[in-house]
Order: sequence, then structure tokens, then C-alpha cells
Amino acid sequence: MTEELDAGLVAEQVAESGQLSEPADGREVGRARRRKEDARLLTGRTQWTDNIQLPGMLYVVFKRSPMAHARITGVDVSAAKDMPGVVAVFSGQDFAGEQGSLPCAWPVSEDVVIPDHPPMAVETVRYPGEAVACVVAIDRYLAADALDAIDVDYEPLPAVMDMRQALTDAGPKVHEAGNKAFTWTFAQGDMEAALRDAPVLVERTYVQQRLIPSAMEPRAVVATTDGDGFTLWTATQVPHVLRVMLALTTGVPEHKLRVIAPDVGGGFGSKLQVTAEEVLCLLLTRKLGKPVKWTESRSEGNLTVHHGRDQIQHVTLAAESDGRIRGVKVELLADMGAYLMLVTPGVPLLGAFMYNGIYKMDAYSFDCTGVFTTKMPTDAYRGAGRPEATYAIERVMDELAAELGLDPIEVRRRNWIRHEEFPYTTIAGLTYDSGNYEAATEKALALFGYDKLRAEQADRRDRGDPVQLGIGVSTYTEMCGLAPSRVLGSLSYGAGGWEHGSVRMLPTGKVEVVTGTSPHGQGHETAWSQIVADSLGVPFEDVAVMHGDTAISHKGMDTYGSRSLVVGGMAVLKACEKVKEKARRLAAHALECSPDDLEFTRGAFTVKGTTSSKTIQELALAAFAAHDLPDGLEPRLDADATFDPENFSFPHGTHLCAVEVDTETGLTKIRKYVAVDDVGHVVNPLIVEGQVHGGLAQGIAQALFEEAVHDADGNLLTATMADYLVPSAADLPDFVTDRTETPATSNPLGVKGVGEAGTIASTPAVVNAVVDALRPRGVHDIQMPCTPERIWRAIR
Amino acid sequence: MIPAQFDYLRPTSLREASEALAADEDAKVLAGGQSLLPLLRLRLSFPSLLVDVSRIEELAGIRDEGEHVFIGATATHDEVMRSAVVTSGCPLVAMAVATVADPAVRHRGTFGGSLAHADPAGDLPAVALALECVLVTSSREIPAADFFLDYLETALEPGEILVGVRVPKLGPGWGFHYEKFHRTAQAWAIVGVAAAVRRSNGSIQEARIGLTNMGPTPLRAGATEAALRGAELGDAVAQACAAAAEGTSPTADLHAQPDYRRHLAQVLTRRAVLAATGAP
Repeated sequence: MTEELDAGLVAEQVAESGQLSEPADGREVGRARRRKEDARLLTGRTQWTDNIQLPGMLYVVFKRSPMAHARITGVDVSAAKDMPGVVAVFSGQDFAGEQGSLPCAWPVSEDVVIPDHPPMAVETVRYPGEAVACVVAIDRYLAADALDAIDVDYEPLPAVMDMRQALTDAGPKVHEAGNKAFTWTFAQGDMEAALRDAPVLVERTYVQQRLIPSAMEPRAVVATTDGDGFTLWTATQVPHVLRVMLALTTGVPEHKLRVIAPDVGGGFGSKLQVTAEEVLCLLLTRKLGKPVKWTESRSEGNLTVHHGRDQIQHVTLAAESDGRIRGVKVELLADMGAYLMLVTPGVPLLGAFMYNGIYKMDAYSFDCTGVFTTKMPTDAYRGAGRPEATYAIERVMDELAAELGLDPIEVRRRNWIRHEEFPYTTIAGLTYDSGNYEAATEKALALFGYDKLRAEQADRRDRGDPVQLGIGVSTYTEMCGLAPSRVLGSLSYGAGGWEHGSVRMLPTGKVEVVTGTSPHGQGHETAWSQIVADSLGVPFEDVAVMHGDTAISHKGMDTYGSRSLVVGGMAVLKACEKVKEKARRLAAHALECSPDDLEFTRGAFTVKGTTSSKTIQELALAAFAAHDLPDGLEPRLDADATFDPENFSFPHGTHLCAVEVDTETGLTKIRKYVAVDDVGHVVNPLIVEGQVHGGLAQGIAQALFEEAVHDADGNLLTATMADYLVPSAADLPDFVTDRTETPATSNPLGVKGVGEAGTIASTPAVVNAVVDALRPRGVHDIQMPCTPERIWRAIR
Repeated sequence: MIPAQFDYLRPTSLREASEALAADEDAKVLAGGQSLLPLLRLRLSFPSLLVDVSRIEELAGIRDEGEHVFIGATATHDEVMRSAVVTSGCPLVAMAVATVADPAVRHRGTFGGSLAHADPAGDLPAVALALECVLVTSSREIPAADFFLDYLETALEPGEILVGVRVPKLGPGWGFHYEKFHRTAQAWAIVGVAAAVRRSNGSIQEARIGLTNMGPTPLRAGATEAALRGAELGDAVAQACAAAAEGTSPTADLHAQPDYRRHLAQVLTRRAVLAATGAP
């Protein structure tokens, strides 16, 4: 099969890169297993939401606002109702009594303003693409035809596009309460003294452009009812969270609602949401008593999938003349868009603790204002807050180096936490449990050929070569493994950060695992199988992993924030330990010895010093038959466990990027990219490699390619992929990847999470390289994405 | 998005297709669909009838016809770029076609479709213009210079179908290059330059230069062509190419403002001409 050949090729490449270390002792953890789930995912022969067909199914399409901001003065659906195949047509007014308000689960501050957010606009539209009506028809095409027959009258209102302008009193308002959503501040140390006394101040403003998440699978929802209960299939990352929120929003009792995330084709945070379409499909099936399906088109998605980033960062760094940092001051404007969605206001807070990066300093202050504009709401997008923070500190470290005439690596070295200083409590109050920035950096420099490339750069500068070389570095860290529940509570988040796992041995010795995490491409089925195989001593092939269905996985906190392995994998391991404990008691009973006399190796309990033993499969059958159980032992070998981490995990690494900038055209080409990441212990190197590659692509995309652009009236100009440039493999270099392995101490697996690291690290590495190429021409910044035209204008 | 309803006809003869198109002024020709289908799906175009020409034999194939290469209108980009007749007879065409979009598009999209669609950001119109191709239709022959009338508008009359393209073979002494500037591999050209240059004794005898996306139609860089006649390689080429944007009217879009496009045209023309002359 082709997909197997391709996976084989990837495995070979990983092997060639020298980091495929097969565990010698036959362990599964550490093995570059090809993913169990890939054959069905790659061929599409699986239950994507859009593949689901139910008898009597109806199709929903939404009429969307062509304006960013307008009062709805009339919606006439009468003509649409007469169109062929149309079953029903509804406007916002028809849902007004039952649709509730889309939830925000993170009221970050006392002053936060959470405006009512109707899933379908009733009186006012506040972003382009907001749903104002819908058609339900017997097929999707007829439904789309009828959309054109809906007549909506709008009274245009002024668009609110610019955050700074929005905060002045004079301009138009998005909501009656004004355009300020919240303020949130954090301060530690004497910032005033740092700014006053430090001989060097570097002050910069960076714009995190608005990005549009582009998961391969567009959003899709299927909702059905049997007249009593409801089932909702949806392309979501968060079936458990969604079930709670839908119950609260719509009044459908939670115990009558089953939410299923079948196979989901990517999310990157964009499917960490309670969407208008999910609520409305549930309401439609309740109104009509029939199953309904909605599948978005790509341009509909560009408009109305929640967007990412969109911040203006004003950063002041105070330093001694030898480059040692005294303090970092951050003033942040964060564009919320028109409403606060699930974690919209929390995204900048996730960055608030990361602006100090891996560096030591005496003072830090963070002052954030969330601003309403007439744009699609922003929310979590791969990295969520941490890429923005990392970009700012890593860019400004390069500016400090330039200011002082120091090598950017040297400036970092003078400031970073040394490996012997861990655990280290940072100025932002986080305790970094482990890390070795020196080791990762040394490895990266060697792989990159740093000195040789610097020599080539000098040569090209001397020769006045039209193609200039730039070198960029990023020594990043991030917080992931979200999250200790008590910390989330202290930040006003509405839920905890624990995770659940369930492990049950079947009578035939096979193993079923249920995880509360909800994979959408990560490879949990493979990685969890590896963990279980090692723990229980069963073959990898004998483990099946189930997920994403609230009727099967009865509790969970889902997948986001690089949490699945660190928290969910740990819950599965804990459940395995419980199963093993139970099996040990049963084995002791069967072998007539004390549990302490048993050794467990390769799936069997053996009485120490004898050959007398029971395999775990034999014990599973005995526990099923239950003919002879010790007192108090319940039938079946199974267990549930939850894990609530005591701390975040802190992956780190050093990325180096060399770019060639064609000064005649402004075109940037990545010449070399080296990523050395430390994600702690590795369960599956192939999956880690894939996550790093995908992460790099997304981070590089922000640096060079992607940007949501609106015109002055608030129309989105990048609604198609012809205008919103998502790079493909052809636009990216070969990546040189390697790892150092400093285990996390906050979980027994020693893992840290790898879902976001590539994205967080790469954006500043690339832009640092672009600016480095142009610095002799007086350039200190290029706004992202660093397009050829922007570069040409900066240097002509 | 979801296209509106249309009727569909897949005739097997040119006559049948012409008649169907002539009978319905809202009918459209469907070949590979790589430009048309997005327009339908975005509901920017509402044809009443699509006449699928993919089964019409006269429109298919690529042939060596001695003085020129004949490329059938429904030959896919992939067929064109891999055709030995094309790579030996008119290699500039193969080179430019290889830059069109991505492999999936090149396997569906057709050579004739690209020309008839007449998107000035498409790569092939400028090549056809530079090579002075002749477009053969169901009723006549149209020189490339007379074919492209305006943005997405050609000399094709209602009911007239593009059958194929006659690409003159360049004789000995000619070099060629297509220089495409775009931000991602599958994106349209911000600017593209097709150059064919005849050299002898260290100077340029003749240059034909077609510009992609420098106006509502593909354009010839006439001033540069004139200045290159007899030019020695070296500074003279650069000077001549500084005139490449003369007479152009490039558009403004998300990727480039007109002044940047004019600048790019000069740089890329110089690069294309030098590459065509075999200069390092």
C-alpha cells in the first residue's frame, strides 16, 4: 500500500538523521512505530463527520453577513421557503428565545466585559461572515440555491478595525459597553529602577498579524435526535468540554446529550471551541426532529473559523552594557475580534508568563488590554500566546545583541538559566523544573555550521552580493502540559486541567484503553499503545485505544496545549499501574504466595526464585471467570485513573535559520534550518519528528507567508487560499532536526509535550535571520509576514 | 462553496460542441476545470450549460508538424511538460508549463484552457505571445498577438472553440528562459517573464519577451526587445531591460503594488534574457 511506503520513507529519513534509537531491551516506548491510525486517516476510509449519513438527513447552509458591522433591519425568508427541496428557513429571530449565548470559559479579570454572543445574529452583525439565517433542505445544493432567495436588509454601521483607534472614546463602538474587553496586569521586581538605571534600553513594537487556522478537514457537524436524547458528531478537539457547554447554552440536559468527535483532520486550536454552527445544528434537530448536517466550505472557514494571534506588542528591554538583562516591560494590545469565545481573553495570558523566555532578570511587567473590533473573534491557535511572547523576547534579544555589537548567541548565553540552576523560579513566577540550554545550543551550532555560515555572510557583505545571507536564532522555551487544575483556577479559567484514562484487559488478553484526550492527528492510538504495551507487558498490536465519544470516554478534558501525552498519557499509565496491582493480587492468590514475592517481567508474574508464574493474559481470563477470586477483589482486570499535573512542563530548544534574501526582488529563501528540541523522554520519535516538521511549517508560515487582511470597511480580503498563502512542502527547506533529552521531573514519564514547540520556536528564528541579512542596510525590523514587497520597500 | 445548478453536455465532435455553445449564450466550455470550477464554486460565474470538450478527439494530443509543434487544446499541462515533442521542439513551453500551480492542477488543467481563460497572471499566455504562436480554432487561425483582448477576454466568438496551438520551433542560435516570481509554489505569478533570445558572435540579434501579469493581458516588452537588438552582453542588456515595464499597466493586489511589479519586471527581464543567452 502506498501509505505504508510513504511512512517507511519517513522512517528511513528519521533513521538517517541519526535520532532513531531503537530501545535495545525490546521496550515499546522510544520506538519509532509507524502510526496505527495512518492507513485509515490517509485513505479517508474512516468516519470523518462529513462521511456520516443518516436516514432522512437534511442539509444546513448558513446565510452570512457580507458586512463587518451592521444593524439587521429585516430578514425576508418567504421566497427561500418556496424554493425546491427546502424544508425550513430560519433567521436569528427564530432562534432568539432558545439559542443562548456562545460561552466564554475564561473570564480573566474583574473588569472583563463578556457581551452576549448569539449563535445567529438577531439585531446586529459584528464581524464579516456572521450567520444571519439558514436554510435546511433535502440536499446541500438546493439549500445553497435557496440562500440567494433570502433577503436581508442591513443598515451599515462603521467598522472598528484598528485597536488603538478603538480604545479612544471618540470612535464607533462594537458593543454598547465600549471597545475595551479587559485589562490584565502582572508585575514582579522593580521595573522603575531597571528602566531608570540600566545603561541600555531597547524599545520595539511588534505586530503579530492575524492568522487563519487551516486544518485539512474543514469543520462539519451532524446532529440527530430520537425524540428524547441528542447525538452530535462534530469535527472538534474538545467533545467533553463541548458537551458541558452545549448543555449549559441550549438547555438540552447534559445526560441526554452525547457528543462524538469521530476522526478529526487537524485543529491547531481552531477546533477548541463551542461554535455557533454546533449550537445551531443541535437546535435545528430539536426543532425539526430530523438529522441535520452542515459542512463548511473553505472560504466559509476562512471567514468564520476563529482566527489566531493579532496582537500589538510594545516591548522595552533594559540591560547592562555587558548585555545582562535588568528587566522586560511588555504593553500588549490583544484583538479579541467582536466577541469573547471559549478562551479568547485567556490567550494573551498564556503568553504573560513567557515573555522572560529562558532568561534571568530582576524585573518584569506585563500589561494587557483586550480590545473589541468588528472582526472574527480570535482564540487559541497553535501555541496560543506563547508564540507571540517567544517572538517578542527572541526578536528583542537580537536587537540587544545588535545594539551592543555582540553575537546573538553570546547575549543569550550571558542571560540564560544555567543547567545547574534548575529547578528555577522565573521572574514571571513559573518554576522551570529542568532544562539544559547549553547542550541544545551547542548541538544546534554544530549541526548548523554556525561559524562557516557567519564567514560566508561576511564575505557576501564585503562583495556587495545582491543575495545577502542572514542568520537567526531562537532559544525558546514554552509552558505546556496544560495544566495543574489549581493554577487554572487561580487564573479564573472555568475548568480543571486533569485527564482521565481507563485500561481494561479483555477475557482473551487483549487490552482496551479509553482516553479522555481527543486526538485529531496526533497519533494517540499509537503512543498510548506503546505505553500500555510496556507497562502491562502485552504486544503493541494487542492494544486498542478509544476516544472522542462521551458515551465511551465518560470523562476527559480533551486535547490542546500539548497536554495529551504529559497529562493524558500519564493517566493511562496510572490506570495500567492499577491494573497491574490488581493482577498481582490475583496472581499471588493463584500461586499461593505473598504479592511481594512476585516479580513482574514481560507480562508475567513469577514467584521469585522459581519458575512458577502466571501471564497477565491468564490472569485476565481468571478475573473474567471470577471462579476463584481473593476476598474483596472484583471481577475483571480493569482500572480508571486521573492525573492532575503538579506543574507545567517546559520543552525548550535552540533553532537556527539561515536565509538568503535577494535584495533585488526582496524574496527570502530559507537556506538551512536546524531544530534541536528538548521535549524530555520520547515515546515515539517518528511522531515527535512529525510534530516538529508540522510545527516548523506553521511557524515559518507566520514569518513569511500567512496574513489575514481586511479592507477599511472590514471585509476579509483573504477568504480563499489564492489570497491567504498557506505554504506547502515545496516552499519549505529540508529540516535538520535533532534532540537533547532532559527529562521533565513533573511526571513519571519524563515527557514534556511537542505539539507546539516547532511553531513557537521557528517564527522568531526566521524573522531574526531576515533582519540579520538586512541589518547593514539599517533595517531593524520587517513586519510579518516578511513578504518580498515589504523587504523591497524596506531597503530600496 | 457550492456551485449553482447547470446543465452538462459532453459531446464527442467539434461540430456538436460548437452548435451547443452557439445555441446558448450562457454556455461555457469546460476542459480541465481548474479555473472554471473555482469560479462556479464561489458563485462568481453562473453558466447555464457546461460543454465538456475533453472527449473531442480533434482537441487532443501533441504533434510534431515540422516547422512547428501542435499542442491540442485539451492536452494537460503534465502531458505538455513531459512531451518529447515539446521539450525538443519548443522547450520554453515545457519550462513554463512546469511552473504552473502544482502537480494535481497540472494533471487536470489543460494548455488550451489556460489560454482561452486568458488570465494575465497565468504563465502560458505570455509564452504564447513571446513565441508568436498561432491559435487554431474551430473556424479560423488567430495569431497570439490578436487573441488576448482584455482581462479574461479573448477574440473567441460565441460558439468558437479553441482546437489547439501552433508553436513555431525556434531555429539554431535561440536560447530561452521563463522567469517566474511568486510567493508560494502553487501561487500565481506576481510577475513572470518569458524570453527567447537569438545570439550570434557575442551579441543579441533578436529578443522576444512576453510579460505575465503586467496588465489586463499578457504583454510584449517592446521597448526592451528593440533596445536588445544588436546589444552586446553585459551592461547593455541591463540598460535595455530597464525599459521592460514601459507601456505596462500592472494591477495592485495583496501581493504587489504596481510600482513593485514594474521594478520586478525590470529585474526579472534582465535575469530571463541573461539566462536565455546562457550567461552565468
